[in-house]
Amino acid sequence: MEVKIGRAGSLESCDVLITVFPQAAGGLDIRIASIVEQQFGEQIRVVIENTLAETSVHDAVIEVRDRGAFDYAIKARLLTALGRAGLVKGARNE
Amino acid sequence: MKRILPSYIEHLGEVTPFTYAWDMTPPTHLAPRYCSFSKPGNNKLLPNLREAIRQSDLRDGGTVSFHHHLRNGDYVMNMVMQEIAALGLKDIRVAASSIFPIHAPLVDLIRSGVITAIDTNYMVGPVAEAVAHGLLHKPAVMRSHGGRPRAIETGVLKIDVAFIAAPTADVGGNINGVHGPSACGSLGYAVADSQYAKTVIAITDNLIPFPIAPISIPGTNVDYVVVVSKLGDPKGIISGTTRITKDPLGLMLAETATKIVQGAGLLKEGLSLQTGAGGASLAVAAFMRQEMIKRKIQGSFALGGVTGYFVQMLKEGLFQRILDIQCFDLDAVESLRDNPNHIEGCASFYANPLNKGAAVNYLDVMILGATEIDTNFNVNVTTGSDGMIMGGSGGHNDTAAGSKLSIVVTTATRGRLPIVVDEVTTITTPGETVDVLVTELGVAVNPRRKELEPALRNLGIKVRDINDISAEVYRRTGKPKPFSPGKRIVAVVEYRNGQIIDVIREQGR
Amino acid sequence: MKNLRSLLFVPGNNPAMLQAAGFLGADAVILDLEDAVAMNEKDAARRLVTEALTHLDFGSATVIVRVNGLDTAFGADDIRAICTTRTEAILLPKATAERISEADALMARTNLELIALLESALGVEMAYFVAKASPRVQALFFGAEDFTADMGVPRTKQGHEIEFARARVALACRAAGVQAVDTPFTDTNDPDGFTQDVLRGRVLGYTAKALISPRHVMPLHDLLQPDPSEVAQAHRIVDAAEEAFAAGIGVFSLEGKMIDAPIINRAKHILSLAALYGGGR
Repeated sequence: MEVKIGRAGSLESCDVLITVFPQAAGGLDIRIASIVEQQFGEQIRVVIENTLAETSVHDAVIEVRDRGAFDYAIKARLLTALGRAGLVKGARNE
Repeated sequence: MKRILPSYIEHLGEVTPFTYAWDMTPPTHLAPRYCSFSKPGNNKLLPNLREAIRQSDLRDGGTVSFHHHLRNGDYVMNMVMQEIAALGLKDIRVAASSIFPIHAPLVDLIRSGVITAIDTNYMVGPVAEAVAHGLLHKPAVMRSHGGRPRAIETGVLKIDVAFIAAPTADVGGNINGVHGPSACGSLGYAVADSQYAKTVIAITDNLIPFPIAPISIPGTNVDYVVVVSKLGDPKGIISGTTRITKDPLGLMLAETATKIVQGAGLLKEGLSLQTGAGGASLAVAAFMRQEMIKRKIQGSFALGGVTGYFVQMLKEGLFQRILDIQCFDLDAVESLRDNPNHIEGCASFYANPLNKGAAVNYLDVMILGATEIDTNFNVNVTTGSDGMIMGGSGGHNDTAAGSKLSIVVTTATRGRLPIVVDEVTTITTPGETVDVLVTELGVAVNPRRKELEPALRNLGIKVRDINDISAEVYRRTGKPKPFSPGKRIVAVVEYRNGQIIDVIREQGR
Repeated sequence: MKNLRSLLFVPGNNPAMLQAAGFLGADAVILDLEDAVAMNEKDAARRLVTEALTHLDFGSATVIVRVNGLDTAFGADDIRAICTTRTEAILLPKATAERISEADALMARTNLELIALLESALGVEMAYFVAKASPRVQALFFGAEDFTADMGVPRTKQGHEIEFARARVALACRAAGVQAVDTPFTDTNDPDGFTQDVLRGRVLGYTAKALISPRHVMPLHDLLQPDPSEVAQAHRIVDAAEEAFAAGIGVFSLEGKMIDAPIINRAKHILSLAALYGGGR
């Protein structure tokens, strides 16, 4: 798999823009900015961490710009961004 | 209601907690009004604001008042408060019927101790944020549009100097809001101030020969007149034509609300109606209009903040009168000026619970918004779920209490934020005055109005328990982390009857 | 599949619209992975719709996904992804009997149903056989835009160019015993045009219509609502038929008219429509 920056989603209301910067080592660095940070910041982090664990991604910078997305959308955008970054295979690979 | 309020609040004194909506303890007399007189040849016209403030004998610790008809285009409050600061006065209470983002310069005056207290019915923007962050020395008092004139008329809120932005005035101090470059229409929120303040100063950018017509506030209440170059920015004063929402969900909710009016048996000759000015509330007016035309119904009156849409309905003969407390657009201003059935009313006439019968008591249907509504039907329109102050009752709790049928129309979630919640962050309007909730997840009827349910079901409306709606909301959004406020009380929410219904605590920085 | 009147298209890559979709009053929502999604967002939309179908509630609406055509690089992956979710049916674009069989094979171990979108000359010409190509096919959907493009004729609001094809698909639906879904009306600012278009489809035998705007849902339901006197008459016919059946009588008369099987079937059809308005009885 070719490894590159992967980005998915948008800054529309109820969406989230997620950018994945793969790195060879150095662990995970998750940066979250959300319009509902106070209410849901922790929950967003949990979804991101769980999805990364499920897909066995251990080294990447994940930048999250959230516009009030539900969990399902956060997970979908992250999976797409990871796919585009070459860190997980396409849609069929659950 | 399980709100635990302190029994005593520093700077405010003993707390009278909210009991129920119509718990009134009227004093036997209204507050005394100040007496002063003017002889022939006396000149009310003063050269500038500073001179007027000097003449008013405003002292440290005094209270000054403002109306909000110029809304987010208002230059007057900033102008006056800068002069007050320049005169070295401090510890001033600002009693403004509303405060908008344009009033950001007041934040510096709060920091420097010129302003130490605020009474208002609605605030949004930097001043509201400063209050929420605990910058103001004393807790702000947040009232309703009807509660404010009650407080003034009964002497709870004592005003030393009322500064009244006057789009048109004459040397006798007669003023109106319908003419001039800063025309804003109704001046309803300034009337009690003009009657009960110790000194009344009219500030105008359109001084025309005595006597003006019409006269909204008579010069017999006004001590001084000051001319300034500009009262405000017309773009901020009148927001242009408010458009009906195009959001399909909003339209669906509006259609459902209209059916509920029908189900409650109120869609009939003589109907009276008030809606907010937001796109979703206006959509209800649009559906009501269709139904009224279809059924050949003429309503008696539309009330409150007026938009062009209601003006059109008045012209079409769908309402006999508009009772106008505030104009939201140019159409409303022009109609108030030109149409004798479009009547200007003051805030006390509109909503004061402690006079001999305010207009809200004659209102059939009120369409309300909500920032949050809880499973006891309590509504919050004062703070966000993060505790930030971003509104206030305005006429919300007045109209809910007065109307025969109050309907809250809102989506169940806004973005990810739950709107139908277990418990509102701040109570603005008590659930006992809210009859029906309309959301996309279903309609909930307040158990106090159970009798409405069969009629609504017959119309094919999906009626659900509000607890089920709230549970479904949380399933969709997840449970938000509750706001954990600081200890310090930064504002109190005073219900329209004068009882404290909630407090707002400091938001951390 | 239950009887549908309205099938509302919802863009598959838009979370706000996916979240609102179930609450707009439509009998069914079609989450669209095809035309509403840009080429470079196909992966994102497939993911988003898959997750939405797993976690989101669509109220009482029947959930349908329009996948990309099996002649594209995305179609098969779309179907495989949707197979893992709680979707009721897949709307297959550019349907032919062969494509239906291919799709059928891809969804082998599921109860997914199929709606065939007939939008090519070949598809329309073979409509009945498309409907019969798999027992999963529950409805045919006539797509006028792509059909006229395939024919090389201009698409007009009057729609003379689609008259034959539109009638043919409705006929095939009746013959094959599947639901008939009419082509959407694409101008959201022409309520009169919409009304005309719905009524034209209705007289041809269409029982449902695809919609591209939520603003069309309520008007459509109003237009398709059976006349109350028709419903009352249908009740009388069905009641009388049940009595006659119990008494072992084949053909009978009601109010001076001979009642036979086609009339009873038509009455039952009207009652099933009326049931959608809560007026079944």
